[in-house]
Amino acid sequence: MEGNIADMGQFIGAGLAAIGSGAAAIGVGHVAGNFLAGALRNPSAAASQTATLFIGLAFAEALGIFAFLVALLLMFAV
Amino acid sequence: MEEEAHAPAEGGLTFHPLDQFEVTPLFGDGPVHFFTITNATMWMAIAVLAIFALFVLGTSRRSLVPGRVQSTAEILYSFIYKMVEDVTGHDGVRYFPYILTLFLFILFVNYLGLVPTSFTPTSHIAVTAVLGFGVFIAVTVLGFVKNGAAFLGLFWMKDAPLVLRPIIAVIEVISYFVRPVSHSIRLAGNIMAGHAVIKVFAGFAAIALISPVSIVAIALIYGLEVLVAGIQAYVFTILTCVYLKDALHPGH
Repeated sequence: MEGNIADMGQFIGAGLAAIGSGAAAIGVGHVAGNFLAGALRNPSAAASQTATLFIGLAFAEALGIFAFLVALLLMFAV
Repeated sequence: MEEEAHAPAEGGLTFHPLDQFEVTPLFGDGPVHFFTITNATMWMAIAVLAIFALFVLGTSRRSLVPGRVQSTAEILYSFIYKMVEDVTGHDGVRYFPYILTLFLFILFVNYLGLVPTSFTPTSHIAVTAVLGFGVFIAVTVLGFVKNGAAFLGLFWMKDAPLVLRPIIAVIEVISYFVRPVSHSIRLAGNIMAGHAVIKVFAGFAAIALISPVSIVAIALIYGLEVLVAGIQAYVFTILTCVYLKDALHPGH
């Protein structure tokens, strides 16, 4: 097993960037869970808010995708 | 990296999960110029032809009781029409053709990319950046044409305390210019990540011990990807509507 220190740094950095995916998972779960909690209290208003739900999910998820992109860049582009 | 290339089939992956995103010319092996016909342009052309077939040929008979093809086209049309009307209001309906075009293109490219051995152009940031920055430029120009300098009121919150307004303005300007980046990377990242995960599990399927598990996992992830392909097209479209609403009514 040989390799230089820069490769090691790349792998460690990519692994650390993957933590961001977990953080995005927390965010997405929070959005969806709160939507469901609200929707069960007032089901008649739920249908009109699904668009807002998807916008919220998209914003939460985008940051996780950024972390994934950083990991990919570290692994393959640097 | 040297050892990995010569690794036996049962260790490591037999192919690289990101090989599927390689853009190659269809004819010959020459370098890719901007006019070269590649697999990416071919699949985009197939998507456009499929949309044409669905919407022009499918609705050509215009029967009062729609058949399967015609009702599919009608459902897609009225779904996006309702979305544009709900999010942007009545004056946003003028821009409905652009939004329907974006939605159909992304949806069809995403779904055609799920056909095994096909290629997904939306997994490339180069493709989605054109769509995302196109929306950004169109919306910014439209905002200034419609509202003039009042469009800058989007960054200057009237209902915030005066002390905080400059700070909020800086944050709003930054978030406005990050919009096209996140808009395009969200789509490309989701599609690319999904396809890469499928290929990673396909690599595990070469290992005899865990191949049944990984084949079941591929089937499940594929189902998830069908969902993601539709949702990402929807999300891209609805965010376009939201940005359009900001351009038409910057005060709200």
